[in-house]
Amino acid sequence: MAKPTPLQAFNGVPKGTDKTNNAGSDTKSAGEKMTGAQALVRALEDLGVKDVFGIPGGAILPVYDAIKADTKFRFVLARHEQAAGHAAEGYAVATGRCGVCIVTSGPAATNLVTALADANMDSIPMVAITGQVGVNAIGTDAFQEADTVGITYPVTKHSYLVTDAKDVPRVVAEAYYIATTGRPGPVLIDLTKTAQTGEMEYTWPQKLLLPGYTPTTKAHGRMLENAAKLITQSFRPVLYVGGGAMRSHASAQVKALADLMNAPVVTTLNARGIIPDSDPKCLGMLGMHGTIAATGAVQRCDLLIAVGARFDDRVTGKLASFAPTARVIHIDIDPAEIGKNRAVDVPIVGDVATVLDDLIPVLRDEQVKSGTHDLAPWWKALNDLRANYPTTYDRPEDQPTDGTLSPQWVVSQLSAAADPDTIWVSGVGQHQMWASQLVDFEKPNSWISSGGSGTMGYGLPAALGAEVGSQRDFDGKKPVWLIDGDGSFQMTSEELAASTLDGVPIKIAILNNSVYGMVRQWQTLFYDKHYSATILHDGEPDADDTPGESGFVNIPDFVKLAEAYGCLGLRATTKEEALAAIKKANETNDRTVLIDFRVWQDAMVWPMVPAGASNDTVAYRKGVHPLDNSQQADDAKLSAEGF
Amino acid sequence: MATYPASQPGAQRHTLSVLVENRPGVLARVSGLFARRSFNIDSLTVSPTERKDISRITVTAHVDQAPLEQIIKQLNKLLHVLKIVELDPTTTVERELVLIKVSANAQNRSDVLELVRMFRAHVVDVNTETLTIESTGSQDKIDALMNLLEHYGVVELVRSGAVAVTRGPKALSEKVIGSEITQR
Repeated sequence: MAKPTPLQAFNGVPKGTDKTNNAGSDTKSAGEKMTGAQALVRALEDLGVKDVFGIPGGAILPVYDAIKADTKFRFVLARHEQAAGHAAEGYAVATGRCGVCIVTSGPAATNLVTALADANMDSIPMVAITGQVGVNAIGTDAFQEADTVGITYPVTKHSYLVTDAKDVPRVVAEAYYIATTGRPGPVLIDLTKTAQTGEMEYTWPQKLLLPGYTPTTKAHGRMLENAAKLITQSFRPVLYVGGGAMRSHASAQVKALADLMNAPVVTTLNARGIIPDSDPKCLGMLGMHGTIAATGAVQRCDLLIAVGARFDDRVTGKLASFAPTARVIHIDIDPAEIGKNRAVDVPIVGDVATVLDDLIPVLRDEQVKSGTHDLAPWWKALNDLRANYPTTYDRPEDQPTDGTLSPQWVVSQLSAAADPDTIWVSGVGQHQMWASQLVDFEKPNSWISSGGSGTMGYGLPAALGAEVGSQRDFDGKKPVWLIDGDGSFQMTSEELAASTLDGVPIKIAILNNSVYGMVRQWQTLFYDKHYSATILHDGEPDADDTPGESGFVNIPDFVKLAEAYGCLGLRATTKEEALAAIKKANETNDRTVLIDFRVWQDAMVWPMVPAGASNDTVAYRKGVHPLDNSQQADDAKLSAEGF
Repeated sequence: MATYPASQPGAQRHTLSVLVENRPGVLARVSGLFARRSFNIDSLTVSPTERKDISRITVTAHVDQAPLEQIIKQLNKLLHVLKIVELDPTTTVERELVLIKVSANAQNRSDVLELVRMFRAHVVDVNTETLTIESTGSQDKIDALMNLLEHYGVVELVRSGAVAVTRGPKALSEKVIGSEITQR
């Protein structure tokens, strides 16, 4: 499908086939009289928006007044604006459509900034509408006034300040178009009260006026030929697939290319599930906590094909020694990503699915013409890495020493017992990495996690949005499992209310180690076990018997918290309890279930590359460096450049 | 002293011409991109063009090639940016206007006036203690004039920042799409 990108601001005349530019030639005809607020609601309906998240407030009240019983979209009331934004993100990833949220001005808009930044980093299509004080009050420090557009410049794809009611439908149509085309992203509409209350004449469709927005979707033919040549010349190719492939719905194309090349596929966090984990070509995730096989494949390849990926530091480690022997083909819809972090041999700007559809026949011809190299030795090396360094946690040092559950075991059990159509959501931290490593991903768009931004608290609201999407598109038949940490969960736990009251049941597994686990892991490895400010006292291993060191235990008690919100709360401290709780959760579909798994606080995420160190130093376990067994690798610590 | 990662010592001077939609907030979006990447901008000018719906921003900065390419790509992503060209100094006319208030009393006023004549500058204000001089030219010429006038004591100085246009018959805005922008 064609998803244009914001390329070079203009390449001459707009393309005649661009349906947006000839959408409405009848905009001059007088339309239906209504207010700007009513026009906003109507425009969302006309765009086909089915679900909207948000919270009302003074400066957006006219819009909420225009949302009525017969409004064609469902409205889901969040309990915090950040959560409304994350819910829209989760909805967008689960459904592949634009997420929409509506909040008020000032503090609501600043609360939303986190979600906008998150969507911007992970290229999630989203239209966010904020209220704004009346035109004459702007700049007067009015009540709940904030310069929302100014604050959000760096974290949105584009933003609008609407001061006139007549602009509302056009701006909504443009915002939706911008958010969903090219490299997707969040678009903000800051709607003044003046524009909401003003009278206008509504017409649809609207003519979009976007002279500076002409995204490129189709690759240049010469580049495809160059890419095909490099591929056939390669002895050790790797497909490095990122979230862009997911956004472009290019799962089938990625698989076809991998099969045609017989090449291994490594993915970023956001692209987990782009090809099934059961496919032997799938080596898993690469980078800081990637598999040894995936990271090793990239470090030793002679051709790296980056597909909708952006060479993030969590993937590359020290850039100078990332894939040191590789030539690079980079396919991305955003020209600014190409060459940003890594010099590229063949740059291809375009939509991933479209580019791969075009590349595959060109490659097939080139293979017939020039033949291909035997990749058996390459596969032998990779399969050895895969066999010797599996993604399992059954070594002696991985086992809990204090009688608590192994968090990795819990994740494996969750995955084994879950419906194959499950949509998996996570917060941010150790549990996120374990979920990414140990959940068996067989389908695309079944993994929702905050990648680039690493937003703790993302999990619950995103799961809420995903379940709303599941109810809309799949009749609720895709269950949503949230794997969260006790720290991450507490950042947005208020959304349990929305889950219960709006009939959005989800299944929540809290891997409760009573600490900020990922921070603690860094403190263990790099800060001499100085556990500064990372102990949470919300699930001490001995919590049910004696108070913890500080005298506090179970603050909060997640089981009671769940019950307080009308959810089913379960606690699991033993394997038997855990299995029973998982079974119970999978059987309960009428309300949200929360399981408080008490897990080991010294559990580690392995493998690991210290931030800023070379990927070659990757440690499978402490002291085990499969790619570079020198003392240097063993000494690798956080470098000054690492963060 | 602040460090500017994008503008290391020895970086070359570049001139960018950026055509943008003439509307509120555009300059903030553009300058924000430079600020975030710690570009040390030497000068930045904005003004309307031959088309009232389009403004032109001229930026000069000492910057390395890689960050420059990245910021051009990032600027291109802004919807209000219509076109960006890095101007080649060999095919570009670049001018800057400067107003200099320089100390000049009865003894040395004629010396200063001699410099003014040599540089084809103008005196736009005079009093018993100072002369105010207006000069237009390339950066090099203005720097040379400044060097000479410093000796007399510069009381106040304001420079407009560079504006630049390519030689030849073509306009940068030529290919910018029709009159659509004005319909808003």
